[in-house]
Amino acid sequence: MASELVERYFRKETLPNIWCPGCSNGIVTAAIVRAIDNLGLDQNNVCIVSGIGCSARASGYLDFNTLHTTHGRAIAFATGIKFANPELTVIVITGDGDNAAIGGNHFIHACRRNIDLTVVMYNNHIYGMTGGQYSPTTPRFDRATTAPYGNIDRYFDICKLAIGAGATYVARGTAYHVQQLTKLIERGISHKGFSFIEALSICPTYYGRKNKKGTPADMLKWLKDHAVDIKQASKMEPEELHNKFIIGELLNIDEPEFAEEYQKMLNNLKVNYK
Amino acid sequence: MMPTVLMQGNEAVVEGAIDAGLKFYAGYPITPSTEIAELCAEKLPFVGGKFIQMEDEIASMAAVIGASLTGLKAMTATSGPGFSLKQENIGFAAMAEIPCVIVDVQRMGPSTGMPTSPAQGDVMQSRWGTHGDHPIIVLSPSSVKEAYYITIQAFNLSEKYRTPVILLMDEVIGHLREAVNLDEYKDVEIFERPMPQDKENYLPYQYIENGVAPLAPFGKGFRFHVTGLAHNEKGLPTNDPKVTEKLIKRLIGKIENNKKDIVMFEEKDTEGGDILLISFGSSARACEAAMQELKKEGIKVGLFKPITIWPFPDEKLREIYPRFKKVFVVEMNTGQLYYEVDRVIKGNTYVGKINKFNGEFLTPFDIVEKIKESF
Repeated sequence: MASELVERYFRKETLPNIWCPGCSNGIVTAAIVRAIDNLGLDQNNVCIVSGIGCSARASGYLDFNTLHTTHGRAIAFATGIKFANPELTVIVITGDGDNAAIGGNHFIHACRRNIDLTVVMYNNHIYGMTGGQYSPTTPRFDRATTAPYGNIDRYFDICKLAIGAGATYVARGTAYHVQQLTKLIERGISHKGFSFIEALSICPTYYGRKNKKGTPADMLKWLKDHAVDIKQASKMEPEELHNKFIIGELLNIDEPEFAEEYQKMLNNLKVNYK
Repeated sequence: MMPTVLMQGNEAVVEGAIDAGLKFYAGYPITPSTEIAELCAEKLPFVGGKFIQMEDEIASMAAVIGASLTGLKAMTATSGPGFSLKQENIGFAAMAEIPCVIVDVQRMGPSTGMPTSPAQGDVMQSRWGTHGDHPIIVLSPSSVKEAYYITIQAFNLSEKYRTPVILLMDEVIGHLREAVNLDEYKDVEIFERPMPQDKENYLPYQYIENGVAPLAPFGKGFRFHVTGLAHNEKGLPTNDPKVTEKLIKRLIGKIENNKKDIVMFEEKDTEGGDILLISFGSSARACEAAMQELKKEGIKVGLFKPITIWPFPDEKLREIYPRFKKVFVVEMNTGQLYYEVDRVIKGNTYVGKINKFNGEFLTPFDIVEKIKESF
C-alpha cells in the first residue's frame, strides 16, 4: 500500500527526503496523501501550498500542483489560489514556527474569512530547519538553542486560537495516531470552510536531544501516553487531564464560506459576465 | 469615437488594468493609492474579476501571486510603507517567474513620512527593494493618459517575460485629474499568456535563451512545482552551483537582452543645446513647463524622459547626452536616478541634480532657478 502511494503521489526523483532519521514529517505527509487517496480526489485538481521550514519541504516531494512559498505566507498564497479558482482543493502544509509565529496574522484572518482551505500544521515544538530555536509551541521551561536556560515563553494553543478566530473545522491528531490523523485530515478536506488540523509530531534531532526525550520511538510513545481522545476526555476530571492533551475533532460547524459569499454577492448584483 | 472624460491618475490605472485583462486584485488600504483598490472593488465584479482586501500588504502580494498561478492577470497597489512590506514576495515572484503588476504610488518617506505628499523616493527601492540579484521591470507614467497606456504595457511585459512589473506612480500623477481621450489606444495589443501543450514533458523553467517557458495554470494537468529556492528546469529545488548559475543568468538575461522590446522613453528637443534635463513621472511635466520658460531666455534645453526606469534606457542616453553642454537630473528625492545617469555618462559631461524632498511638488520655477544659477 505504502509503495503504491509513493508510486502514485510522490515525485520519486526528489526522494529520499531531507528530513532527519526519526523525524515524523514523513508520517504526517503520508497521512495527508492517504486522506487525498481515500477521498478519491483528482490529482490534477489538488494544490499543496507550503511555507518555510522542515515541514514545508513536503510540497516538493508531492506530485500535485505544488507551491513552496515564503516564510509564514503559505495561507495568503493559498487564499489567492482558492479565491481565484474555487474548483481547486487547496491544502496548506505548515509548521509551528511558520504558522503560529511569522504567519500568525494570515492564519487568524483566513480562519475569520472561513475560506475553504485545509491547513495541516506539523507541530514539532521547535524550529528544526534553523537548528533548534524555541517556537511559540515550545513548552515552558523546555530548552532550545535560543533558550539555553529554559524557555520562559508561554505555550500557544493554536487549536484554541483557530476556534477563537473563526475556523469552522478544528482538530488535533498526532504522528502516533496515524489512522485517526488521516481521518481528521479527510474530514478537514471534505469540510466546506476553513479547516485546521494540528498534527503533533516529533523532532528527535533538536527538540528531543535538547530536552533528553530519548529515541524517536520514545517520543512517539510519549505522544501515545499523553493523548486523550476528546470523547474520553469529556468523562474525565480536570485533574486527570493534567499534563495530557486532547486529540480528535474539536470543532465542526457550518458558516458562510468566503468564495461562495463572493459568488452570492455577484448573483445579487445580477452580474452575468460569461 | 470614445468621449473625452475627466479622469484621475489612479482611476486611469484601473481602467488600463481592466482593459489589459485584470481579473484579480488583492490589496490593503494605503494613501495615496487607495482609489485603485476602491475602484477595483467596484468594477471587477462586472468584468468577471475578483477583489479581496487582505489582512496586510504582505498577504496582498502573496494572494496576487497565488491568483496568477491559476492563470488570472493579477495586480496590487500600494505606497512606500506597503511597498517595503511587499518586497519579500516581489522577490518570490521574480525568482518563481510569476507574472504580476505592483503599483507603487510614491509618497514622501522614509518610513511613514508624509502620507499624502508627493515624492519620487522609491526609484532605487523599485530596482533593489528585494534581496538578491533579480530581474525587474519598472515603468513610470507622467500623465493620466499615459498612466492608462503604461498600465496596459505593465501587464503585457509582465505576462510576456513572466516577471513582476512595478508601475512607479507618484502622488501627483495618482491624484491628478486630466481630460483624457483614450480613443487612440482602442486597438492597443493585449498580450495573453500562452498555454503550454506537452503535459508529459512540461518544463516550467525550461532554459530558453533570452526567453521564458509558457506558464501553465494550476489545475490543468501539468502538476509542477513552484518554489523560491534555486531550482532546476522542472522547478524542483537544487543545490547545484551550475544549475543555479544558469538560472540566475537566464533570469537577468531575459530582461537585459530584451531591452529593445522593454525600454520606453520620450525625448523632446534633443537635437542639441545647452542643457539636457532627465526626468520622469510628474517631475517631467515640470521640466516641460520650465523648458518653455528657459527658451524665452535663449537657453536651449532638451528633455529625456525614461518611461521604463528599469532597465534604464542607457543606450539612448549615450546617444543623446554628448549633444548637450550640461545634464541635469530632475527628481523629487535627494538624487536617485542621478546615480544611474552618472553611471552612463561616466564623467564625460557635467551632471547636476535638481531635487525636492520636503513633501512639496517640484515646480517649473525650481528648475528654471537652478538652471539659471548654473550659468
